[in-house]
Amino acid sequence: MERWREVAQTLGPKQKLTITVATVIVGLGLGFGLAHLFAGAIAYWGVVSGPFFTTVRVAVPATLIAGILGIASGYGLAKGRFPGRDVLESLGSLPIILPPTVVGFYLLEVLSPGTQVGGFLTRVVGHDLVYNVDGCIVAAAVAAFPFCMRAARSAIEGVDPLLEQSARTMGLAQWRVALLVTLPLARRGIASGLTIGSARALGEYGATLMVGGDINGKTRTMSLAILDAFTTPEKNTMLLILVLMAVAAMTGVGLLGRSRS
Amino acid sequence: MINALDVAMTRRIGEFELDVAFTVESGISVLFGPSGAGKSLTLALIAGLLRPDTGTIEINGQAVTDCAQRLYVSTQQRRVGMVFQDGLLLPHRSVLDNVALAVRQARGRRARRAIALSWLERVGADSFADRRPRSLSGGERQRVALARGLAGEPALVLLDEPLSALDASVRAELRGLIRDVIISTGLPALLVTHDAVEADELGDHIIAFEAGRVTGRRTVDRPADADAEARRDVPSSDEPS
Amino acid sequence: MTALIPHSWLNGLGIPPWVWNPLSISLHAAVESTIVVAVVGISLGYVLARGRFPGRGAIETLFSLPMALPPTVVGYYLLTRLGGPGPIRTLEVHLFGHPLTFTFAGIVVAQIVESFPYCVRFSRSAIADVDPRFEQAARAMGMSRARIALHVTLPLARRGIVAGVALAFGRAMGDFGATMIVSGSVPMATTMPLALYNAVFFGSHEQAMVLALVQVGVALAILLGVSRLGRVRAW
Repeated sequence: MERWREVAQTLGPKQKLTITVATVIVGLGLGFGLAHLFAGAIAYWGVVSGPFFTTVRVAVPATLIAGILGIASGYGLAKGRFPGRDVLESLGSLPIILPPTVVGFYLLEVLSPGTQVGGFLTRVVGHDLVYNVDGCIVAAAVAAFPFCMRAARSAIEGVDPLLEQSARTMGLAQWRVALLVTLPLARRGIASGLTIGSARALGEYGATLMVGGDINGKTRTMSLAILDAFTTPEKNTMLLILVLMAVAAMTGVGLLGRSRS
Repeated sequence: MINALDVAMTRRIGEFELDVAFTVESGISVLFGPSGAGKSLTLALIAGLLRPDTGTIEINGQAVTDCAQRLYVSTQQRRVGMVFQDGLLLPHRSVLDNVALAVRQARGRRARRAIALSWLERVGADSFADRRPRSLSGGERQRVALARGLAGEPALVLLDEPLSALDASVRAELRGLIRDVIISTGLPALLVTHDAVEADELGDHIIAFEAGRVTGRRTVDRPADADAEARRDVPSSDEPS
Repeated sequence: MTALIPHSWLNGLGIPPWVWNPLSISLHAAVESTIVVAVVGISLGYVLARGRFPGRGAIETLFSLPMALPPTVVGYYLLTRLGGPGPIRTLEVHLFGHPLTFTFAGIVVAQIVESFPYCVRFSRSAIADVDPRFEQAARAMGMSRARIALHVTLPLARRGIVAGVALAFGRAMGDFGATMIVSGSVPMATTMPLALYNAVFFGSHEQAMVLALVQVGVALAILLGVSRLGRVRAW
């Protein structure tokens, strides 16, 4: 707030006018966009709701899984003193740059009932994992995991080790130090990793396509549905929803990263 | 009589070599010497935050480190209370919670908080029990750190330059408080400082450090009555009932 | 365009054309896009880290959007902006003689957009971490702003910047959704990820396995290199 006031004082009347006009235009744009969104959501709800709920059903558990595993492995990487940590981190980070088709290919190898592992897993779970929402959740979790892991590792490494030591002199057991000191102090970094991870889970396309099969009403998420919607009127509604979710996620990441004091 | 602390150990860090042996009885013992003499390292070794290369550490006759036996009791189990130079209060917890976390002798949140609050009263910090450490002044922070170091009923109190980060006026005020509170608990304490005035005012025994070696030790002549007399005018040093 | 290395050499090395053709297209496109991304991304990262103007956060969010958007949406926007009627297509036709969609240049553009955020965020973060006192000292020595940036700031931030560029290259190599839509899967623009997709559903399992392994190898090499460069908090 202080800073904005300072900035405001340095501005001339012309600049103020420009900013005001720009704000009004952006505001109008946003207002129009939101109105369009709501109107579209009502008009095309029948078509949009299916992929929308599929997306939620996939992204929420995927983010949870990726978050828990990511925080745990980030903690292990940050605190562990074993050789090969960088190799493990690189392996875990593969989905960041690996083409989703490669991820999808390997997931098919592991999950489809025709393969050895997949056959075993299918028998254990009792139903097919591919062409099913389960497969999509796994694909989305794999996409989200590296962001959670990397953010957790660097946030945990950023915690002042003296604070953890002081907690140990207070008699707190190691797991309580982790839970009461390390993770709370690293929460911003972890949260920003989870945010971007959830965005990746929401937007996963290639692996979901290969593992889930793009079945309408079952595994067709919004990032898949948008392809078919290109020529239809509900396209803009879907696009707006996706863009707004992305803007929200990246704004969250920006805010979480900024006020680090 | 069993010494509160028996230390005989070595530890090498790069070029620097620490090789010390000393004992600490009841009262406040001061490790005094220039910076870089290995005083803080000694405290970290006693607290179990680091391991010596060779030697033993005994607290109240009980070995907590014995390199020959590969015995290293974890910091958590040593029952040491530690006060760090800049407090190291957990920034995401209130003052009261910081102290309550250190209370080991009581179960349950309410009981821990009650004990924590009584300690905050003893150091004159109860008025800001609900504040966050970030909003405290340096002197206030060290009061809380002192309460936190004592609240866990430790067998030994370790104070690592507790006043060095403070202004001169605050330092003078806290010197009396630290001495009175620690003496009133009857706990043995080991305090590290490079300040000669502080060493003389706070210590019963002075252990001189230089370049990783103990170079001398003496007992401060301190008539108990005069000591108490001199402190009476410091308001926060009031003994709790 | 894809014949960076003569085919006769490849036969000698034993690399079959169904690996080499998509690999060379991928490499070629990724090199081109990474050059653009590095130049523009590092500059933008510098401005975001050192500039003092309101709206920096908004700019960073805007350029980071492709990280959070489904690649299909990115591809769709590119398809309509590059290929749909409008000033951008007019410009393309003016510059290249044809629209960029369904061409090799189209996938370069798609890769630029998809990989840009990584370069920007890593550069910004690495530059922001440079101790400003070095720059102040340089200013006291009378160095100009540009020379300080070039000789002090960027060299000090080089590890994070290189990591960002390497990740951007990896992302460019790995993009699937946006590339697929913009290129329309024409043979001239069949990159490795597209070739794998085709192999899984229309080709042989053997080929799919090889194509996947090659890509895992490339990605792993890049990530190992990045992890050796140290820690950057990019999100």
